[in-house]
Amino acid sequence: MLSPRGPKACGGGAADRQIHVLAVDDSSVDRAVIARLLRSSKYRVTTVDSGKKALELLGLEPNVNMIITDYWMPEMTGYELLKIVKESSELREIPVVIMSSENVPNRINRCLEEGAEDFLLKPVRPSDVARLCNRMR
Amino acid sequence: MALHVSSAPPISAFHHLLCFFFHDTYPEMEYASSLQRQLASMKKNLFDQGYLDEQFYQLEELQDESSPNFVEEVVTLFFRDSSRLVANIDQALQKYPQDFRRLDNIMHQLKGSASSIGAAKMKNECTSFREFCNKENREGCLRSFQKVKKEHAVLKQKLENYFQLLRQDGPVDKATRSGN
Repeated sequence: MLSPRGPKACGGGAADRQIHVLAVDDSSVDRAVIARLLRSSKYRVTTVDSGKKALELLGLEPNVNMIITDYWMPEMTGYELLKIVKESSELREIPVVIMSSENVPNRINRCLEEGAEDFLLKPVRPSDVARLCNRMR
Repeated sequence: MALHVSSAPPISAFHHLLCFFFHDTYPEMEYASSLQRQLASMKKNLFDQGYLDEQFYQLEELQDESSPNFVEEVVTLFFRDSSRLVANIDQALQKYPQDFRRLDNIMHQLKGSASSIGAAKMKNECTSFREFCNKENREGCLRSFQKVKKEHAVLKQKLENYFQLLRQDGPVDKATRSGN
């Protein structure tokens, strides 16, 4: 469990128990930006470019404290990835955050109903990342 | 929205005096400051003319000692991707019948990346294109795409110039070292 943190103390934590975030986005630009945003808060970040690769990684590396995924990706959307994670007994405890460049209320509601922790509009800001601090597993 | 320009205060008389005083002793210092003025002016124009928006500032804010070239790296990634996407759209536009859904998908990606680096004008042209796509207006798409390509080329040139100049502007203390 997370120890209490003040707003400024929120972040990745010490190296031995560093919080690990898996970022999923098919856009190399957006991967670079989200990774930098998260690393600025001292999180350990792994980026992958598809839902399929995300699931492969999750199969190998159970120590992921949060998944942050783009909604709109070819082959497997962020929503589909969310569903698979929430239906998996091993993975369902991992909080999943969805990012999207489009503000579509139906889409947002569907994701939240399916168990998404939060829904962020792109471009993602440092204040959005700060908000996630308390939602890490 | 505050516009933060790195040499925000107007050039004061004191500054002129300082330049004059240091000119013979530290000519590098004067050069560096003129370079910085050029950079600030270039950046200000990019914002004033609407090429870049707030998101570009956000990227600059993320740059630090651990990631000193972050902005240039992201911009490079952008132009690598965008060139490919533009070529894909060019090809897709040649096809009959027009696959508007595919065109829209590709443009969605391009718009997203443009938005992520703060490329405001490009983003707007991408939005126009998507509107024509939604209406399945091929002529509109073709016209709009010319604008997208133009904005893309202009931005690429301007940012290349900007980063080239930025690379010449090393850390401040370089200017005060004696010799070169």
